[in-house]
Amino acid sequence: MDPSRKRTIRLAVALGVAVLLAGALVYTSFDAATEARQPSELLAGAAAGKSYELTGKVADGSVQRGGEVLHFRVRDRGGTASVPVQYRGTVPDPFREGREVIVKGRLHDGTFVAQKDTLVTKCPSKFTKKNSS
Amino acid sequence: MTDLGRALLIIALVVSAYAVFAALYGARGGGREWVTSSRRAIYSVAALLTLAGVLLESAFLRNDFSFGLVADNSSTTTPIFYKLTAMWSSQSGSLLLWVWVLALFSSLVLLATRGSLREITPYATAVLGGIATFFCALLVFKVSPFTAIANPPAEGAGLNPLLRHPSMMFHPPMLYSGYVGFSIPFAFAIGALITRRLDAEWIRATRRFALIAWAFLSVGILLGARWSYSELGWGGYWGWDPVENASLMPWLVGTAFLHSVMVQEKRDMLKVWNASLIVTTFTLALLGTFLVRSGILDSIHAFGASTVGGWFLALIALVLVGSIVLIVSRLDDLRSPHRLDSLLSRESIFLLNNLALVGLCFVIFWGTFFPLISEAVTGERSSLGPPWFDRYTVPLALSLVLLAGLGPLLAWRRVTVSYLRRALGLPAAVAATACVALALFTDAAQSVTSLILFTFAAFTVTAVLSEYWRGVKARRTMSSDSYPAALISIVRRNRRRYGGYAVHLGVVVLLVGVAASSAFKTERDVRLRPGQTAQVGGYDVRYVRPTSGLSNEKLEFGAVLDVRKDGKRVTLLRPSRSYFASQDASMGTFGRFFRGESTSEVGLAPGATRDIWTAVQPDLRLLNAPLREANRRFADAPGDVQALVIAALSERYVRRAPPATFRVIVNPMVTWIWIGGLIVLGGALIALWPSALAARRRVTSLYAAKLGRELSRA
Repeated sequence: MDPSRKRTIRLAVALGVAVLLAGALVYTSFDAATEARQPSELLAGAAAGKSYELTGKVADGSVQRGGEVLHFRVRDRGGTASVPVQYRGTVPDPFREGREVIVKGRLHDGTFVAQKDTLVTKCPSKFTKKNSS
Repeated sequence: MTDLGRALLIIALVVSAYAVFAALYGARGGGREWVTSSRRAIYSVAALLTLAGVLLESAFLRNDFSFGLVADNSSTTTPIFYKLTAMWSSQSGSLLLWVWVLALFSSLVLLATRGSLREITPYATAVLGGIATFFCALLVFKVSPFTAIANPPAEGAGLNPLLRHPSMMFHPPMLYSGYVGFSIPFAFAIGALITRRLDAEWIRATRRFALIAWAFLSVGILLGARWSYSELGWGGYWGWDPVENASLMPWLVGTAFLHSVMVQEKRDMLKVWNASLIVTTFTLALLGTFLVRSGILDSIHAFGASTVGGWFLALIALVLVGSIVLIVSRLDDLRSPHRLDSLLSRESIFLLNNLALVGLCFVIFWGTFFPLISEAVTGERSSLGPPWFDRYTVPLALSLVLLAGLGPLLAWRRVTVSYLRRALGLPAAVAATACVALALFTDAAQSVTSLILFTFAAFTVTAVLSEYWRGVKARRTMSSDSYPAALISIVRRNRRRYGGYAVHLGVVVLLVGVAASSAFKTERDVRLRPGQTAQVGGYDVRYVRPTSGLSNEKLEFGAVLDVRKDGKRVTLLRPSRSYFASQDASMGTFGRFFRGESTSEVGLAPGATRDIWTAVQPDLRLLNAPLREANRRFADAPGDVQALVIAALSERYVRRAPPATFRVIVNPMVTWIWIGGLIVLGGALIALWPSALAARRRVTSLYAAKLGRELSRA
């Protein structure tokens, strides 16, 4: 076989493999992704047993620690609709009432039962202006 | 004083814009003196920004709260070290740092190349000046680090407690130096493309800068991981968070660039690829700077919705479109006369390593931006978690470990099969032995990917060490050096090669640490009363007693933990939680001391085989009632009385000793991640240290050039 033909075949094989891998990447990412919902969206229609990512703010006066379980409510960023959350695991340092949080879990009888260690708190940022103080 | 700072920035903006103009005008026939003038303009920008930086730092040191930045990020009680580093805890301060470092790097590279690369340098100067102009404009028009406060407060807000960790203070400047450093090879690549001087000259001139940038970026990433491990209270060092990913992506493509430029230097191949890699690296570095302040992705690093996002997007688009147009229009000049001779050659291993690194970067890019992608495609904003990342990054990382050992063994051009058999024999035998031994005598077989990684690591470590050994042996046949002297001599004669090998060793050691600690860690969350014991990973952890501490800026509640194995004491750990007083009056006079920002202080016993990592979450509920009472009775009491009340309250916590929640992690081989990082840094330093040989060559060639000039004049 002449070398230029060999090179073309090699290139075609390499491209084919790359396309296949990219396809797998795209397919699995849509498959494995968890949808992000705000409380009001979650309450409006959540598939039973499906895992969601709940985003919003920790409602004022809602944080209660009972042993290893942390109870709090997450409300919409710009609204009042809220969902009670039951959480186990590490609580990030900046977690406080009024802070924005992201937590993964499933809706179970109206309570959002979170997966262990999935709570993420956005820190009051080294880059945003403190507006309260 | 703030006016002086603003004036400095405006002059810097004008001067850097002038540098762009002068460089372009000089290159387009205006004469050499314009090019020289543009170079000096860049030096002046560096000087101006240094003045601005010093002005800002001195304001921090003097507690000058008429500077908005100082009032927001510092206070009189902030320790000096954090005052000095608080500059980059804000957006405008860190942008100032960015352009300051850029101006310093640009000056250095222009100083180093002032006698050479006559055609490329003017355009490179224009590119660097253009980037500096962009950032100065940002600082002058959008986010000024020199905002003035008309009525300065008596006390500043203080530095965000989470950032009070030494590695967090070094992390941003390291990361920025890395990002910024890649603008140097980028600028020279653009210059080479414009002037069609597409041999390896621009690569040789900026190689050291690429390596310096790479080393800074590596250290920056590791310091971030270290901070996360010892400050964030979750016990991990990497979480596939967008901001972490943003720093890893340019590192990966930059690593690919450092390898593939060697193919261009040796074989005059892969020119399009190299130009594309450096453009990608620089774009990703800009993206990394931008992502932190864009607010477009959810991250633990809260990205405040910032005002500079649009500007950054415009710059990134300009860089990308401009570079692509340039590369496409120069395709004919970029074509190489050479071809890959054989799949069994060092250049084909480099090519594979490049594909793996770029593939890794693509996977991470896709995962990081998936929330935006999925929103565009399905209308739902979805995100991808660590398991998805692991599925792709683990096999790619495994292949990279293997390639890191194969590359050094193979020669350029082609190798014969019998040569290959001889070269691979020893490393393969060691790897097989290590695999069997680990499977038989340890638990490593429980995690198949870890076992594969350890096997590959054994292969690569043996391969790299045998390369050192071969060099030492060859040296000893030529001279009568002792073994250590021979080693030092070969490294000094070929710093780049042996430094690079050391970097390979370091990366492998680091990945062994990552694999062992992620597959074999034992983690437990337990609630204990004083005196109670929990078993975690073969250790008995007893909660001995609660502790409390008081200082002028924080309250501390913690615990003493007695860690024993088989009845014998291993260590005493003191994890605690610091509570920083809030300025929020609504929490009550005393409440604000207990309910403010709090951070974990981890109790850590590092070790060669395992770390014991502990964090505590004290339960302060029993102070609720006394706090309410104190707020009512002592709200108007004088300061010293209030201090006594606070001391009494924290004393009460220690006396009553309620149960506290602990997280205990027995984490194997984490220390090796940091050791691997140090080896990487050492190897990079060896590789980029100017070699005596090259310096001599440079002096001789300068002398020859001078002689030639004089002869031609005569």
